Amino acid sequence: MSPEKMVTMANQIATFFKTQPGDDQLDRFAAHINDFWEPRMRRQLLDHIAAGGAGLEPLVIEAAGRISEPVE
Amino acid sequence: MKDFIIPWNDADMGTPAKTGAPVTLTIDGAAVTVPEGTSVMRAAYEAGITVPKLCATDSVEAFGSCRLCVVEIEGRRGTPASCTTPVAEGMVVHTQSSKVQKIRKGVMELYISDHPLDCLTCSANGDCELQDMAGAVGLRDVRYEPGDNHFDPTGTGALSMADAKRREGDGNFRYIPKDESNPYFTYDPAKCIVCSRCVRACEEVQGTFALTIEGRGFDSRVSAGGAMDDFLSSDCVSCGACVQACPTATLQEKSVAELGTPTRSVVTTCAYCGVGCSFKAELNGDQLVRMVPYKNGKANRGHSCVKGRFAYGYTEHKDRILSPMIRESIDEPWQEVSWEEAIGFAAKRLKSLQKTYGRRSVGVITSSRCTNEETYLVQKLARGVFMNNNTDTCARVCHSPTGYGLGQTFGTSAGTQDFDSVEHTDVVIVIGANPTDGHPVFASRLKKRLRQGAKLIVIDPRRIDLVKSAHIKAAHHLPLRPGTNVAVVTALAHVIVTEGLMDEAFIRERCDWNEFLEYAEFVSAERHSPEATEMLTGVPAETLREAARTFARGGNGAIYYGLGVTEHSQGSTTVMGIANLAMLTGNIGRPGVGVNPLRGQNNVQGSCDMGSFPHELPGYRHVKLPEVRETFEAAWGVTIDPEPGLRIPNMLDAAVDGTFKGLYCQGEDILQSDPDTKHVAAGLAAMECVIVHDLFLNETANYAHVFLPGSSFLEKDGTFTNAERRINMVRRVMAPKAGYADWEVTQLLAQAMGADWDYAHPREIMAEIASTTPSFAGVTYERINELGSIQWPCNDSAPEGTPLMHVGGFVRGKGRLMVTEYVATDEKTGPRFPLLLTTGRILSQYNVGAQTRRTANSTWHEEDVLEIHPHDAEVRGVKEGDFVKLASRSGETTLRATLTDRVSTGVVYTTFHHPDTQANVITTDFSDWATNCPEYKVTAVQVSPSNGPTDWQERYNEQAEQSRRILPAAE
Ligand code: SF4
Ligand code: SF4
Ligand code: SF4
Ligand code: FES
Repeated sequence: MSPEKMVTMANQIATFFKTQPGDDQLDRFAAHINDFWEPRMRRQLLDHIAAGGAGLEPLVIEAAGRISEPVE
Repeated sequence: MKDFIIPWNDADMGTPAKTGAPVTLTIDGAAVTVPEGTSVMRAAYEAGITVPKLCATDSVEAFGSCRLCVVEIEGRRGTPASCTTPVAEGMVVHTQSSKVQKIRKGVMELYISDHPLDCLTCSANGDCELQDMAGAVGLRDVRYEPGDNHFDPTGTGALSMADAKRREGDGNFRYIPKDESNPYFTYDPAKCIVCSRCVRACEEVQGTFALTIEGRGFDSRVSAGGAMDDFLSSDCVSCGACVQACPTATLQEKSVAELGTPTRSVVTTCAYCGVGCSFKAELNGDQLVRMVPYKNGKANRGHSCVKGRFAYGYTEHKDRILSPMIRESIDEPWQEVSWEEAIGFAAKRLKSLQKTYGRRSVGVITSSRCTNEETYLVQKLARGVFMNNNTDTCARVCHSPTGYGLGQTFGTSAGTQDFDSVEHTDVVIVIGANPTDGHPVFASRLKKRLRQGAKLIVIDPRRIDLVKSAHIKAAHHLPLRPGTNVAVVTALAHVIVTEGLMDEAFIRERCDWNEFLEYAEFVSAERHSPEATEMLTGVPAETLREAARTFARGGNGAIYYGLGVTEHSQGSTTVMGIANLAMLTGNIGRPGVGVNPLRGQNNVQGSCDMGSFPHELPGYRHVKLPEVRETFEAAWGVTIDPEPGLRIPNMLDAAVDGTFKGLYCQGEDILQSDPDTKHVAAGLAAMECVIVHDLFLNETANYAHVFLPGSSFLEKDGTFTNAERRINMVRRVMAPKAGYADWEVTQLLAQAMGADWDYAHPREIMAEIASTTPSFAGVTYERINELGSIQWPCNDSAPEGTPLMHVGGFVRGKGRLMVTEYVATDEKTGPRFPLLLTTGRILSQYNVGAQTRRTANSTWHEEDVLEIHPHDAEVRGVKEGDFVKLASRSGETTLRATLTDRVSTGVVYTTFHHPDTQANVITTDFSDWATNCPEYKVTAVQVSPSNGPTDWQERYNEQAEQSRRILPAAE
């Protein structure tokens, strides 16, 4: 998918979890990505973060370590 | 297993059932006990005695006008009408005596004196209560001389139409010719006995009030609409309730006139909307004569709408493709081939794609129109044969946010109530739904409750019919700007919490108190107040406050919502907000309350239940959970991929990227129904094997390589699950026209790809579902037949199913109030696109229209039109009926405009039933944050005058035409 679309989608999810109370927003964001994003989408996101993460919400970049590596 | 002859009694008991304390009386010497309020007529029926009747029928309250049902009651004077006389303790009734017989004969004689003697050639011959009653009362002669009457067009004393045709006369001003304007039924005033059953049915059952009795005494006539109206031009919505109620041939289906009275019937389920009405398919041999709503159907209680009742003609339409077809590439014409060749071709291609591009390069789309059993098999094909989780369903584009939102708050995506629940509701919120068009039979039941005094709050950008129609007026209409649902719902909660209107005891007992405190702090913030959000939402603060008070204080509160909630970038958040409202006000877990998603297509609920989503196995269990995978791995003998698969929009993105190559699409038309048509077309065009399994060459098939003919709901056995989680039986009434039912086709494909599937009947598939899915554990075909229908969960602790969810506790334990911060959609109006487009549907058409467009329903809706406020139209120089260009950043299309103040200024509205319009060329690829459900309901657009189709429409039609060419089968 286009990088812009992926960035929009990731940021939308981050925006929701950012507003949630508690201190586990990073975990909940990452869990959402792990539960709903197919491996090649997670791959694209992780690659984008590795390449600097242009356009992504800080929360997305911070949560990178909690996103599971896609299993082939 | 061919015919299922209904064993259940659905005879007319004369007057509606009542609930009340038991009362015992004696009728013709037999003691009978019935609830207080029951009529003597119905009590007699209970005792096995039928009292002659004409103006009474059990779908409407008794009226007492014909006096055919008179009886004698000991100790009472005269001969009371049994239909209007309630039972009393110790009453002694005689239904037959020489006195009442004489009265009845006299009544019949009068009726017959003004009725043509055409019984032998009448379309109701054998199905006419007037005939039956003449027999039952022993009428043997009519002593009246020919005179003033309503049936003889010549006015010369003819006794029948047959007779009148052979006479000449200067006419009879009382004679009114047949009204044939409705495409499905006729009104023949010559045969009317003015019993007013039709008028009462239109009022009480349907709630449209289209019919009246004009005139008095001998002059009284049934009239649709005003003086100049016929049935078609009146308010009539063609639901058929009056036809059902009419005891004579006056209101009669045209199909019966043409094909003769049916001789057998099979109970089955409507294949249109998520109400899931039960019908009797009435047939002669395997020819369908008519569909009659089934009285014992628990979703519809004997009512229906124009779609299910009449719009079944598509099943016989000449456009149906009955032979499998293949082609190498999509610019070639189709080649008709045998089933074997088509399946072999498809299997070979899919296998080679997986070999070249990897296991995850192919996938499936299951159908919300097919049966549970068929859907289950299609997702099993992805998981157990393709060995990936690339399965999705068109529920993605409608109710996926319901799954997520209710799952988070309540612990299950299930709607909480049954439809009967509405009978106990005191205040109703309808948000983002238009039940009178989308869920007509539910709307009729809701309207009935509103007429009894329940209050209604409508939250919708448009002034939908429920806001104000015959004998209905919403207490509050909140005409919000599209895209601001979360702000409005949160503001309602703000009022409830800050004004202390919440149900604290409920929250303390049923929810997590600490979570509530956090939530209360969030929602009490000034930025959520109606005054603060008024500018944004366009809803006057005071109206919103009053609506919140009405809901919180009004007794049993129920919320019904539709796609106007889910199809937004914050769809899931709004669903959570709705769940919050229900929890705050303690409106969960009993009749009359709850959160009720109105599902669009007939089996949206079922297709979700059956594991169509790429992250969930059947029963809403995530594929990452090893114990869930183990269950299916043991049953299927395969290893299941623990990674979530692609959702429909993701499949299309991956196709454009070149990593997704093959798709088996059953019973869906994603090219027409999914947003951003150009993107969908690009995705499909990039695939190397698209298999479309459908009744018709739909729009998606323009990009397909394999076409597998589908079977209609009349041609197969299976189950549909409606919006109340009710599993209803679909029964085969005729053989599949193309040779195979859809489940058999999926099985053939699986077998050709090497699977060892061996199902002989859908009941075996259901048995597998029950054995793997706890919420279906108790479901079998035998059990459904026995109970009529079952609402899941159905298991050892609920062997008859579960009408109400969350009674005594939430499925997830404690209900969870979620913080719902409003986030504006990125789809914003600006100088180039200053208007907001929102989309919806209309009563007579269904979804992409593939079925309804191929019926006479198009009489009511020939094309999609754009609703625009007169002010917005004027500044653009647009007049009523003009062709206009509708443009967004995704694309542009043309359609006709209609000027109406049902939409506010700044908002335009259209439907998406016709492929020529291609409303989805306009919609964008924005989607719900949690589920990727597309944001259909908000698109920034511009409207300008136009003189014809856009280039895109022309190119599209050209491609479609090219792509639909079919070469005959080689010899
Ligand atoms: S078809 Fe339905 S809406 Fe039309 S007149 Fe009859 S009852 Fe009323
Ligand atoms: S049309 Fe039928 S139901 Fe209506 S008043 Fe006449 S006979 Fe009765
Ligand atoms: S379309 Fe819906 S409301 Fe109409 S008959 Fe079918 S199930 Fe019932
Ligand atoms: S049936 Fe009772 S008065 Fe007509």
